[in-house]
Amino acid sequence: MYTETFSYLPQMTEEEIRKQVDYIIEKGYIPGIEYTYKLGPKNSYWNFWKLPFFVERNADTVMNELGVCRQKHPNAWIKITGYDNKRQCQVLAFVVHTPQN
Amino acid sequence: MAKNNGKNTTHFEAGVKDYSAAGRHYYSPGYEPKDTEVLAAFRITPQPGVPFEEAAAAVAAESSSGTWTTVWSDHLVDGARYAGRTYHIETIPDRDDQFIAYIAYPLDLFEEGSMPNLMSSIVGNVFGFKAIRALRLEDLRIPPVLLKTFQGPPHGIQSERDRLNKYGRPFLGATMKPKLGLSGKNYGRVVYEALKGGLDFTKDDENITSQPFMRWTDRYLFVMEAVNKAEAETGERKGHYLNVTAGDMEEMYKRAEFAKQLGSRIIMVDYLTVGFTAFASLSKWCRDNGMLLHAHRAMHAVIDRQPNHGIHWRVLAKWCRIVGADHVHNGTVVGKLEGDRAATLGTNDLLRENYVKRDLSRGIYFDQDWVSMPAVMPVASGGIHVWHMPELVNIFGDDVVLQFGGGTLGHPWGSEAGATANRVALEACIKARNEGRDLLREGGNILREAAKHSPELDMALQTWKEIKFEFDTVDKL
Repeated sequence: MYTETFSYLPQMTEEEIRKQVDYIIEKGYIPGIEYTYKLGPKNSYWNFWKLPFFVERNADTVMNELGVCRQKHPNAWIKITGYDNKRQCQVLAFVVHTPQN
Repeated sequence: MAKNNGKNTTHFEAGVKDYSAAGRHYYSPGYEPKDTEVLAAFRITPQPGVPFEEAAAAVAAESSSGTWTTVWSDHLVDGARYAGRTYHIETIPDRDDQFIAYIAYPLDLFEEGSMPNLMSSIVGNVFGFKAIRALRLEDLRIPPVLLKTFQGPPHGIQSERDRLNKYGRPFLGATMKPKLGLSGKNYGRVVYEALKGGLDFTKDDENITSQPFMRWTDRYLFVMEAVNKAEAETGERKGHYLNVTAGDMEEMYKRAEFAKQLGSRIIMVDYLTVGFTAFASLSKWCRDNGMLLHAHRAMHAVIDRQPNHGIHWRVLAKWCRIVGADHVHNGTVVGKLEGDRAATLGTNDLLRENYVKRDLSRGIYFDQDWVSMPAVMPVASGGIHVWHMPELVNIFGDDVVLQFGGGTLGHPWGSEAGATANRVALEACIKARNEGRDLLREGGNILREAAKHSPELDMALQTWKEIKFEFDTVDKL
């Protein structure tokens, strides 16, 4: 099973994930974390891991929250999203964590 | 009977007058166009001996209210209200045989929401006018008041991304080959292999409709089985552009309805060969039925390829957005088909942006405000393969469909491997770009690094490295 953008590349390292988060922030987009236990082509709405980082757009914060989300949901799929509120849509989304069991 | 019963009295000035004559309005240098007017930029090549002003006025007249001679009934109307006006003339460096005329057309000349009416006026009889040796419509500004009377794309780029759940990268597609002769079941197999390998879309060719070797119902049934199976197996949303192009509107609706019934996300039409009225009807059906619409531009080169005569592609592309498609083919810059780079980029903006500024270096003659009309996803297709990927990502950014037909199906291990190779190459380029790497300088290395983890890409890189397309384009800015 694949999960759209970057799912045909090898699993990203923490450093590589961090670079994509930096890109989201540099572009002025809003980073966010979402997770789900139900992967599939019909699922548009994953669970928010807290709200997207509307105000505090800081890569360290995002990476820390990703770590906490992973601890709480080791058997979920977790993705990073980038939202552009000028164009009013997501502009990047990629899965960074797959179920451990 | 009175001898002079009026026949010798001057009731109106009969005869032929210069189009540019004062009082006829067709040549009005310095006229300030109104925000509500349609503006056209024509490249005019007059017959030898015809002055630029007269040629420009003639084009303005013949594409608006004028006739070759004065007629008495002219006096029943307010001529100033319906005249197209040449308000500016630009000479072209190193050319004394042609020039650019800017013409403003009053809003009252046009019916709301009718592309055929707009075309019959501006690119109608005037193109065969004898005083003109050649005529080309370079650009057309549609004012917001007229634009808002058209539907535009059924859904647009943002809606399509949400429906397909694909963010932060171009879509990947491929046209199914061979173009003609596959049975429905064989065709579905080709679709399945490509989608399973990682493509987002597959596509009917423009001349696949319902021929004896594969009737449309056969194709639709097997294609949708292939799409559904590939979605279930990959976990990703996918689509196939089912071409509904047919000989009459009733048949097109019938095919569109069947595609919808089978759960297709997208259908396709050859928007120029079906004609703008059929295109508009289908576009409205697509909005009403939640269906994406892919437009193929077959026949465009007949109209847009000659640099001195016809209609520039950017105008046909604008008309495509106005009447309404979610995708339309634009040039690739790097592949086997025509398209000057700067002009292609300009047209991309006209398809995708909400406001485009005049920029002659990209062939854009007018500011165009799209007043929130949905955007069209340009499709880059024809003669492209994995080695082109870094440059394509650099040129087009994220909002584009990259279609590798031969570059997918021509992979030595088959189309599933070809699709995977393209997908890996694309994602590697996007990842590298986001990391701040220079795709044009490091493109080769980025692909080679990615190929270490992908035997499919490695094979593709070996297969196509020698192919180049270096013919000069016919139509340059």
